[in-house]
Formats: sequence, C-alpha cells, structure tokens
Amino acid sequence: MLEIKNVTKVFNPGTVNEKLALDNFSLTLEDGDFVTVIGGNGAGKSTMMNAIAGVWPVDAGQILIDGVDVTKLPEHKRAKFLGRVFQDPMTGTAATMGIEENLALAKRRGHNRFLRSGITKKEREEYKELLKILGLGLEERLTSKVGLLSGGQRQALTLLMATLQKPKLLLLDEHTAALDPKTAAKVLETTEYIVNRDKLTTLMITHNMKDAIAHGNRLIMLMDGKIILDIRGEEKKKLTVEQLLHKFEEASGEEFANDKAILG
Amino acid sequence: MNFLNLLNAMPGAVAQGLIWGITAIGIYITFRILDIADLTVDGSLCTGGAVCIMMMLSGHNVFISMIAATFAGMLAGLVTGLFHTFMGIPAILSGILTQLALYSVNLKIMGKANQAINVDKYDLLVSLRYIKGVPFYKNTIFVVAICIVLLVLLLYWFFGTELGCALRATGCNGNMSRAQGINTNLSKVLGLMISNGLVGFSGALLSQYQGFADVNMGRGAIVIGLAAVIIGEAIFGRIFHNFGFKLIGVALGSIIYYLVLQTVIWMGVDTDLLKLLSAVVVAVFLAIPFWKDKYFKKSVVKKGGNTNA
Repeated sequence: MLEIKNVTKVFNPGTVNEKLALDNFSLTLEDGDFVTVIGGNGAGKSTMMNAIAGVWPVDAGQILIDGVDVTKLPEHKRAKFLGRVFQDPMTGTAATMGIEENLALAKRRGHNRFLRSGITKKEREEYKELLKILGLGLEERLTSKVGLLSGGQRQALTLLMATLQKPKLLLLDEHTAALDPKTAAKVLETTEYIVNRDKLTTLMITHNMKDAIAHGNRLIMLMDGKIILDIRGEEKKKLTVEQLLHKFEEASGEEFANDKAILG
Repeated sequence: MNFLNLLNAMPGAVAQGLIWGITAIGIYITFRILDIADLTVDGSLCTGGAVCIMMMLSGHNVFISMIAATFAGMLAGLVTGLFHTFMGIPAILSGILTQLALYSVNLKIMGKANQAINVDKYDLLVSLRYIKGVPFYKNTIFVVAICIVLLVLLLYWFFGTELGCALRATGCNGNMSRAQGINTNLSKVLGLMISNGLVGFSGALLSQYQGFADVNMGRGAIVIGLAAVIIGEAIFGRIFHNFGFKLIGVALGSIIYYLVLQTVIWMGVDTDLLKLLSAVVVAVFLAIPFWKDKYFKKSVVKKGGNTNA
C-alpha cells in the first residue's frame, strides 16, 4: 500500500543547523497494516509523515502509494490518497466554518471543485448520522462554527473528516498528544473503531509506549532518521513496555530518556 | 456653517459611499476571507475607471465598457496572484508591485493623467448630475444600490459553491485546505481576481460619477475600503450574521464613512488633512481587537493538564 524507498531529507543544508531528518529511509506497509510509530524528539517521525503527505519535496528517494509514484506530486494532489490528523487540534479544521461545512470540504477531497453546491441537503443527513459515531453530540450542532469546539471535539471531527472519503492511507501524527488523558483515550477509541470498520491502512505516531503496544499489528521505532526497531505479529502482541525499553537500549546503545513516553 | 448645505451634500455622499461600497466588498473578500491585505486596489480602481472612460470615449456602450473595466481589474488581481503564488513574493509586496506597475499602465491606457467624459454627450449609467431631479430609476443612488444587491446575491451564491467554500477554507487554514486536496494557490489567485474585478467595476462607476478618470483616483483606496469594512463590522456585526448581510453591512459602512467625511468637510476641516484623518481612524480601529486581547482580557485560571484540551 505504501512504499518508501531510500528517502533522504536534510533540513537547512549547508548551515550550522543542518539536520539529517531522514537517512536513506525505507518502509513498506501492506494493505490493512496498522503501524504505530515511536521515537524520541527529532527522531524523524513527523518528518516521515510530512514526506508522505508532500508538505515539501524530499531530497532523494521515492514514495509510492498504492503503486502510484507520488514523489513529485504537490501536497494537495496527494490528498486524494491520504487522510490526515495533526497533533495540533487547530490544524485539521477550518475554525471560521461550520461543522457541516468542514465535513463537506473533506467529502470533496480528491474531486475537482466547481460551481456545484458546496453542501447538499442529502449530505447534511449523512453527516448527522456519521457524527453520532463520535458520541459528542455534534450531530445537533451541524452549523456551529468549529472554532467553538474543544480540542478533543476538533480532533474527533478531524478524524471523521480524514476518513469520510476512505483514504488509501491514514496518517495520524500524535493526534492525541495535545489532549487531556480522558479525551485522548476517547479519541483513540474512536480511531480504533473507524480503522477496524473501514479496514484502513494506518500509520500512527504516538509518544505513549502503552498506546503503541496496545494498538496496531506492527510497531516501529525511529532514531536519527532511521528505523531501529521493527516488531510485528505475534511478537508485538506479547510485547511489554519493559521489553520495549530493553530492546530500545539494545538497538540504540542508549537509555531511553523520556519519562512521558514511559509513564504516559 | 449652514446646516442646509450639509443636508444638500448628503445624497451625493450616499451615492459616493455606495460606489466605494463595491470596492469595500472587494477588499472584504481579500482582507477578511483570504486574510490578505491586497494593495493592488490602489491601482486597479483607476484601471477600471480608465478602461471604462477610454472605451466610452471611443464609442463603446456603457455596459460593455464596464464589463471590460471589471475584466481589467481581474487581470490586475491575476498579476498580483501570480507574483504571490508562482513567484513566492509576500502578498503585501506583490500588491505593492502591481500597484506601482499599474500607475504606468493607467497612464498608457489614458494617454495622459486625466481623461474627462461629458455627461451630456455620453450615455452614462451614473453621474453627479443624476442625484436630484431625475426619475428614480435613473437616480445614481438607486442604480448603484441595485448593482450592490445583484453583486451580493452573486457573491452569496458563489461562496456557497464548492469552489467558494475552498476559497474560504484557504483563507481560514491553509494546512487543512491542502490536506483536503484544495489547491490553495489557485484559491488565492481566484480570490484576488474576484476582489480586483469588483474594484475595477467600482472604479468604472466612480469615474462616470465624477465625470473623469484620474491617475491618482485610487490613492488610498485600500484605506477607505478597510475603513468601510471596519465601520460595517463594528456597527452591523452584531445584527448581521449571514454572509450576504455582512457584505451589505460593508457597503453601509462605506456610506457611513462618506457621510462622516462630508460632515467633517462641512465643519470646515482642512481637506488636505482628510487622508491623514482616515489613516488614523483606520489604524485605531485595526488596533482595537489587538488591544482588547492584550489589555482587557479577563485572565482565565488554567488547570494543569487541561490547558490544551
């Protein structure tokens, strides 16, 4: 479904701030894979997501989604393959537009936009049903401006928008990191529900090792722009946080210095 | 100070306010919807006026001339849009560049700095002379008001379409728009074109109204337009929530601006100081939301762990 082949990305080349964010990075996802991604700050997790989404061009390598080479496609053209939820709840929705208008924008992802109506009556009914899944009562507030919603509500809505048109690949970039624990758990539960329902191929970055172990069928750990751990199948099911920390120390030769990741 | 003089000047102020109201609606589209301060308008207003007057002087019908003026404005917007998106120049600088270039273009269109048109020899749609003593359907205030209603209806429809929604989303959140497959560059160019098209149309009306097109007629148009937007929002913001009514509110704001201006002139303020006054008023009104946020915001007690929720 997703093939990343030998991708390299350097930020600020030729300056003192030069940073090799992705180092000859390769990753292949099978259809229906749910991969959780962990790693310290600056490991290249978000860079990997942005490379796939096409936020900027990569320096070398190739990215294929469902067999289509998207390496040279601009961000808005790759959007038809991708559903994205961001870390910052403000990023995924248009605050000055209504809930239904945001959903209608997402509904048209991957289609040409012309002078047809921006939202139809039939869609409104459909959105009402879909919003019920979230269990947040948003189905009663279709015309409310998204700016009035809480962070958790906005993330849940973004998740719904990302999956309204079934994406080839769902990218979740620490989408629960900015939420309080209770809300985060709720959003994660909804994520799991939608991914299972639609059998979505998913990449989920998380800072929480427990979540990384509990969700998905494969776990990768990044460091310095490379994959240093890749655990899947039966091995992943049996994994514990202690084992993961041990494996990390083995693979990297360092101690894992991130309390939040261990305790959170 | 004769109060009757002021009263007599009011219909003219209303007519002028309405004509500038169309410019203000154009500025609302870039400033409020696209979140770009587009300085192109200082040039494209005159371009619209110049094209309209020159075409009429060479024997074209008033409507054809005004459509051409609108297209000329859109072309100016296209240039600014390409400067910004294709050439990566910051939006504000793109507008300044186009505006400067348009000064030469406008001179070339007119052949000299000023071109007059005689209301008796040409069939104008609006004029200073069509304020009093003409049948109501010929009255400039009526004609421009109808224009505004039609334009607002058209814009209301457009911003409800897929393309219009994409444009609004682009102005609100570029990252989200691109993630939803919207070509934000295209949206920006389109928005700038629509905005400057309206400004060109407004310039065409203005030059007919005053009976001439002048290379300096657009100087400070952005400030007048912003003043209208701000006044409109301050006074009608709490009443009008519907998008169409917001645009009407902007046009009404423009009328209020000209009524106030007329009163200030009547009070005997040196007319040389008017632009200074406008700039100060707009600066203060633009600062109000910032000051509100900075000095008058009630401090919210933050609870640990919930700050981002």
